[in-house]
Amino acid sequence: MSWGLAIWAATVAFGAAILAVTRPSAVHALLLLLAALISLGVGFFAMAANFAGAIQLLIYAGAVVAVFVFVVMTIDAGDEAMAAERELLRHAWRWPALIVGLSVVPVIFGIGGGAMGEGDPAPALASDLGLLMFGDWSAATELITLLLIAGMLGVRHLGRKLGPRLRERNPE
Amino acid sequence: MNAGLTILMSLALIMALLVAAGVFTWVERRGLGFLQERLGPNRVGPFGFLQWIADTVKLLTKEDEVPPGGDAVTFRLAPALAAIPVLAGFAVVGFGPGLTLSALDMGVIFALAMLALTVYAMVLGAWASHNRYALLGGLRAAAQMLSYEAFFGLSLMGVVMISGSLNLGQIVEAQSGLWFIVTQPLGFALFMLAGIAAAHRLPFDLQESEQDLVAGFMTEYSGMSFALFFLGEYLAIILVSALAVTLFFGGWLGPILPGPVWFGLKVGALALAFIWIRAILPRPRYDQLVAFAWKWALPLALLNLLLTGAIVVLAGAGGGAA
Repeated sequence: MSWGLAIWAATVAFGAAILAVTRPSAVHALLLLLAALISLGVGFFAMAANFAGAIQLLIYAGAVVAVFVFVVMTIDAGDEAMAAERELLRHAWRWPALIVGLSVVPVIFGIGGGAMGEGDPAPALASDLGLLMFGDWSAATELITLLLIAGMLGVRHLGRKLGPRLRERNPE
Repeated sequence: MNAGLTILMSLALIMALLVAAGVFTWVERRGLGFLQERLGPNRVGPFGFLQWIADTVKLLTKEDEVPPGGDAVTFRLAPALAAIPVLAGFAVVGFGPGLTLSALDMGVIFALAMLALTVYAMVLGAWASHNRYALLGGLRAAAQMLSYEAFFGLSLMGVVMISGSLNLGQIVEAQSGLWFIVTQPLGFALFMLAGIAAAHRLPFDLQESEQDLVAGFMTEYSGMSFALFFLGEYLAIILVSALAVTLFFGGWLGPILPGPVWFGLKVGALALAFIWIRAILPRPRYDQLVAFAWKWALPLALLNLLLTGAIVVLAGAGGGAA
């Protein structure tokens, strides 16, 4: 049953993802992206990857898309903007679609060739993941943490209040 | 548990929660009346108890229209997003020993994720309303959610460290000697702060603050769509209370009475605290709300995590990965 659920969730995610990149309305596209991300989370749960599923829902569906929505909903796209967007979308996705299409081929062959394995996999526990992250992969984990700190410093710099001397130099 | 029984139990739980949320609206209005030295609803049924049924009937029969210029699909979808994720969050809550729909090993994170998803209801409802007050409410909702979500999870990681599990059932079992409220008072305070924000309750209800935004994100809503937003809010109060009881007050543990009764009593007491807080605290200014989350609550949550981690390692008492 869980494989059936996983494939159903994957199908929904696939359909929603295609619609997300082809809709001219940015908010509708984001709603569809949200549906795709939630479906991926359901897929993870169905394959007993509970940690990945929960994180998928909490971080990607819960927080990341909320930031997008926050920005996009302030853009009041009128009929003119929608028409321009439709015109742009008419040809823009030809090459990306071809590349994605080609990259799907090995995945399909992988499933056909039994790469997904037999039966239900054992659940991945948070403790196992923790041991991996802070054991074998500790250097990579620390590197990503450094990137996040760099991002935080960047935001702090961009959002700083300019003093009178700096304000003269940067009138904007 | 087989699939048929799970579906039956889910339906029973949903029914019970819907009734509980309805009754809670009556409790809140009577409670607020008492705290503000007035009567509150007291005409329909004994002590006005049937008021919530009268309100439900009224809301079901009211006209429910999409405003001109609004986005019909998103406008209709948004209220459902307010209630459904919160209902799903109850799947991992343990109401008694073995009394849970899904003993998920990531129960804590799953429940937090479900609470986080409710922000879409407000943001999308606000955008689809084609109304400036609603849009301002939606923007506030998104910023508040991001600010308070940051330390919501961190505030209870101390509990996870001590118990060595993310499974809500195992966290309750780990409190058989001592409730975590004793060892994690700062974690509890931060959890409740973020919980009130996650349930969008006063004093953290800036997204609908009626004094400056009419009704914020739900300005254009009426009838059952309006009711679904409120249902989501009351269910979120019950879910946050249930999580707090599970994580800090020993869940169903207690003497003499059966586990589910203890659980219900504790959740009821905490839910009453939500009403009490609403009655006594004023609403802060919006920038104060967001600044408090980033400048005080998040660093305090990190400090709590650091201290708890140090104590767990020194005492060698951590389970799981420790």
